[in-house]
Amino acid sequence: MYGCNPMVNMDLSETVAATSRDATLRRFTLGDRRFRLMTQLAAFLVVAIFAGIIVTLYIGAAPAIKAFGWDFLVTSTWNPVTEKFGAFPLIYGTLVTSALAMIVAVPVGIGIAIFLTELCPRQLKRPIGIAVELLAGIPSIIYGIWGFFIFAPFFQSTVEPWLISIFANIPVLEDMFAGPPYGIGIFTAALILSIMILPFISAVTRDVFATVPPILKEAAYGLGCTTWEVMWRIVLPYSRSGVVGGAMLALGRALGETMAVTFVVGNAHHINMSLLAPGTTISAAIANEFSEALGELYIPSLIYAGLILFFITFLVLAAAQLMLRSLDRRSGGGSK
Amino acid sequence: MNRALYTRRRVRNTIFLTLSVAAAVFGIAWLALILYSLVTQGIQALSLNVFTEMTPAQGSSGGLSNAIAGSLIMSTLAVIIGTPIGIFGGTYLAEYGRHSGLSVIVRFINDILLSAPSILIGLFVYQIAVAPMHGFSAWAGVLALSVIVIPVVVRTTENMLLLVPNTLREAAAALGTPRSHVIRTVTWRAARAGIVTGVLLAVARISGETAPLLFTALGNLGWSNDTLSIGKNLSISYPAMDAPMASLPKVIFDFAGSADDGLHKLAWTGALIITFAVLTLSIVARVFESQREL
Repeated sequence: MYGCNPMVNMDLSETVAATSRDATLRRFTLGDRRFRLMTQLAAFLVVAIFAGIIVTLYIGAAPAIKAFGWDFLVTSTWNPVTEKFGAFPLIYGTLVTSALAMIVAVPVGIGIAIFLTELCPRQLKRPIGIAVELLAGIPSIIYGIWGFFIFAPFFQSTVEPWLISIFANIPVLEDMFAGPPYGIGIFTAALILSIMILPFISAVTRDVFATVPPILKEAAYGLGCTTWEVMWRIVLPYSRSGVVGGAMLALGRALGETMAVTFVVGNAHHINMSLLAPGTTISAAIANEFSEALGELYIPSLIYAGLILFFITFLVLAAAQLMLRSLDRRSGGGSK
Repeated sequence: MNRALYTRRRVRNTIFLTLSVAAAVFGIAWLALILYSLVTQGIQALSLNVFTEMTPAQGSSGGLSNAIAGSLIMSTLAVIIGTPIGIFGGTYLAEYGRHSGLSVIVRFINDILLSAPSILIGLFVYQIAVAPMHGFSAWAGVLALSVIVIPVVVRTTENMLLLVPNTLREAAAALGTPRSHVIRTVTWRAARAGIVTGVLLAVARISGETAPLLFTALGNLGWSNDTLSIGKNLSISYPAMDAPMASLPKVIFDFAGSADDGLHKLAWTGALIITFAVLTLSIVARVFESQREL
């Protein structure tokens, strides 16, 4: 760049080169600093949004927190007229629907993952795997509308009468599956949720199974283990924290799921021993009542319930992350 | 005795493997059933009118045009706002703060936001944008959707940038390229396909989101326009962003809850359109990802 300067102009051109180099350097340094600052601000914005959610929810809930305190968590009244609110049925509904959904979806999801990694014919592996992943991305309102129009009527006319009759004389189960078949209710909501999180659990579990070094499996097969023994004694123990982490991620989704549940849960603010009875969840109550809520304490109470939901999902998702991270570290995936 | 043990192990193997095949059949059957009823129910009301007529009131007929347009407008704006922030945030995590304390916190919080209940994001935006302004608006809906876009783009951008080999960065730096130039001209370019995948996935995610729109953009049976007059005779009308705006998922929610059979059919058609759009986006995203030239 500077090599072809004639000797005579040496002094002049050196100064020019020096100043332009200084200027360029300064421009680059400034641009560098500005760019770095922008990326830093964007990263910081993520934290700010998170903090903003907590702060605004707390501010919005403040009147209800002041009025009801911790009693809000254990009271069951929900009366917009007298402005007495308690979120126990909401919390109960949220926890019970999610727990039931997990009981159904986790074994089935792991079964699908085992099928995909060990049993599936090679030609079907990719198409089924892709189909499962695509289904994990279908929006929850689709599951909601299907549950409302197709599944709930079928459930009401066929499955619920049958459940009620077979459990009729068994002490505890009799109460859990009692009453008229409504079609919509806690149990229906839990089943729709489980269908919804199923592809998610299978996809995560399959990915986690793929991190097991083939040599471990081959060694076990070499010793004469059956496929089941390899899965149960080698693959599952090795990938346990990943499977649990994936399941907890799914649980986090189930807890906060709104649209699929709102359609089929029944929106009743009382607790019934029977799982077939209508109930509600925190997110369903917010979705249904928020835009029509009037009065001093109605909206704050719904936001208070939202704050509780945020707290519960935060704990579950944080635990899920710690589990998945520890798996990452052990499998030497130094990329994160 | 050994033979008995052997038989027992084989039987147990067969039982559990059969169960896992049964699980796969069971799971896939449900999902196939959902897609089947989506297509058969959704196709009934599918016609050109769906795309040209406004959403009807109960008892009359109409289409979904304003809801489709509303969804397109709000999703597009949310992506325009959320993508640069997400890309910059992911770039910080992967390039500058790979091991810094801030990154550990940002990464943790970002992954929580990624699966946080979207209805709470709706509440958050309601508190900061709807309650103070005393009114629901399309802008509030856009804001809520962009809050959902950001964590998705941050996560994929970071992952994709981490796949770029360090030797590329070192080679560029050895030529004297400033750090920001290295990022913009070398690493971003190398990770481009992956970043596009992330953005497409974010679009797929928000196009079906309902909960955050319930009390931000609300919904609108018709269409609100603002008019901008230029001179005396020329005026341009454009969608009013400070008024409530219809969106496809919200219309599905409202229509499915109504008592009118015609509206139910339209709700199914809307559901079919959304599912089709989301599946197309995810497939395009996969094609992009497989073309990643690394």
